[in-house]
Amino acid sequence: MKSFAHLTREHAAWLARRRRRDAVFVVAAALATSIGLLVLAALVIDVIHDGAGRLSWAFLTSFPSRRPAQAGILSALVGSCWLLVLTALIAFPIGVATAVYLEEYDTTETWFRRLIEVNIANLAGVPSIIYGLLGLGIFVRVLEPITGGRSVLAGALTMALLVMPIVIIAAREALKAVPDGLRQAGYALGATRWQVVSRIVLPSAVSGILTGTILALARAVGETAPLVTMGALTYVAFLPELSLEGLRAPFTVLPIQIFNWISRPQPEFHQNAAAGTIVLLALLLAMNALAIVLRLRLQRQRES
Amino acid sequence: MDLPDAAPVSGRIRPARTRAVLAPRPASNAARPRLPLGGRPSGTAKERAIEAVLALCSTLSILTTVGIVGVLLFETVAFFRTVPLWDFLTDTEWTPLFPDKHFGIIVLASATFLTSAIALLVALPTGLLTAIFLSELASERLRRTVKPILELLAGIPTVVYGYFALLFVTPLLQHFLPWMSGLNGLSAGLVMGIMILPLVASLSEDALYSVPQGLRDAAYALGASRVQCAVRVVVPAAFSGIVASFILAVSRAVGETMVVAIAAGQTPQLTLSPFVPIETMTAFIVQVSLGDTPTGTLEYRTIFTVGTTLFCLTLVLNLASQALVRRFRQRYD
Repeated sequence: MKSFAHLTREHAAWLARRRRRDAVFVVAAALATSIGLLVLAALVIDVIHDGAGRLSWAFLTSFPSRRPAQAGILSALVGSCWLLVLTALIAFPIGVATAVYLEEYDTTETWFRRLIEVNIANLAGVPSIIYGLLGLGIFVRVLEPITGGRSVLAGALTMALLVMPIVIIAAREALKAVPDGLRQAGYALGATRWQVVSRIVLPSAVSGILTGTILALARAVGETAPLVTMGALTYVAFLPELSLEGLRAPFTVLPIQIFNWISRPQPEFHQNAAAGTIVLLALLLAMNALAIVLRLRLQRQRES
Repeated sequence: MDLPDAAPVSGRIRPARTRAVLAPRPASNAARPRLPLGGRPSGTAKERAIEAVLALCSTLSILTTVGIVGVLLFETVAFFRTVPLWDFLTDTEWTPLFPDKHFGIIVLASATFLTSAIALLVALPTGLLTAIFLSELASERLRRTVKPILELLAGIPTVVYGYFALLFVTPLLQHFLPWMSGLNGLSAGLVMGIMILPLVASLSEDALYSVPQGLRDAAYALGASRVQCAVRVVVPAAFSGIVASFILAVSRAVGETMVVAIAAGQTPQLTLSPFVPIETMTAFIVQVSLGDTPTGTLEYRTIFTVGTTLFCLTLVLNLASQALVRRFRQRYD
């Protein structure tokens, strides 16, 4: 018995050392995790602290101005909404159609399907500024007779291509989650493929698809670089008409207005940038909240 | 004989997680088994027309790629007709907007390298530790609270990060380094690191999570503690997935635009000092785009050539990352 005593002691010491080392690691990991949370808090507090004083009804309803105290975000806000709606109108149908084709029609491992899959995965990783160059080269220059140059239509087309991979990937996930039994039931009743897709599969996948699309559009609303590259204006003191001609009008969006104000030396403009940021973050938060509500509805649907 | 503390069952059995709720798992590439037939023979003209329209829509993604490559190549080839490739690669000055033009891409590349390196120094260790904490150490409840907040961090527009870098982080750093320039690579890099952190954390966490529970059980059975199991068993097992997330982070850092355009400046100079204004590849594209550069001029072509460089760089990184993820899946699926 006695001969084991030192072993026991050594083991106990080793365990104590291990416990200390483990504790250090856990604390380090917890600290690392809290860095992200702390920075998020600092960012939000900083922006609100700088900009809350500038927020007013007049700020939301005034055009940009050389005098910081009179400048507002009306044209940027309206431009962002225009861009949002147009991007959704272009990216949503084409993205969902692609997902339906890949998930419901071309379900065997053909080279075509493989090519599209690899392609979408790579497009999702292309830096957004490259899409700006694409928009500049094609939508602004080559298709100028149609888009009218640096117009809201050219911007929306560029943004639609940018968010398309996200919409496709999200829609495919949603379609995959529809149980196969539903499709088989449809076929058993004599439905054609399109009838099964349009009346059974799409309705049961719709909240998933919408959730993904909203998150993709939230990304489009926050993007700056591609629109700056394709040449969206930084100073717009009018609203586009609500007509086809309005689509060809120059435009600006919230992130570009914010960027413009940050780039100026006067601190009053920085205040404006902070106030604009609060509006932008509120808009994004609202979109995220909508996505969460849809996600919850989807969960309840699945559970019942 | 009783050995005190002899059986260190410190590794709790992990509770089953309802994971899909928080983040949809990446889909496996394999096609799901499907009905061999699409129900009634879908040979009617309408059915065939619909299928053709859907197929047409899905070719748009290929057209996008063709468009990107076409536009970039068209202008790049025109650019290299004026500027020799050798000068582009070896010149140590970048002055395309001055009368005495020099096109040394290395000047912009060094700035991109510097800001990316700083960002990765922040994002990789922090992101990996966050992933280990959330996947292996934290309680389910804590994880459920923290993950959505990190997703929120990933959703903040880059221009807002630029604001934060220029007007919060730089003044804060100047408090300690008063001689530092107002525009610099350091604060841009640091903030970019925070921006990429959620990406690394979330992808690495996915990789850690998909390590089979059997490996953890085996480690615990051999008397490993929770931390030992995480660090010596789970992390090595998920290694290629983690590296894939790292490579994707590099690609994001290289292509990031607004933070560096706002906080790092637009002064191209060949330096690796993080305290002076520099100009990255992306910031140069923004700088030229903000002015009204006429089509067909050399300046106009320059941004496409810089874009081509950027595109090739990120494409190689993305392909490498995808290859690693595929290898990882084959091992465990």
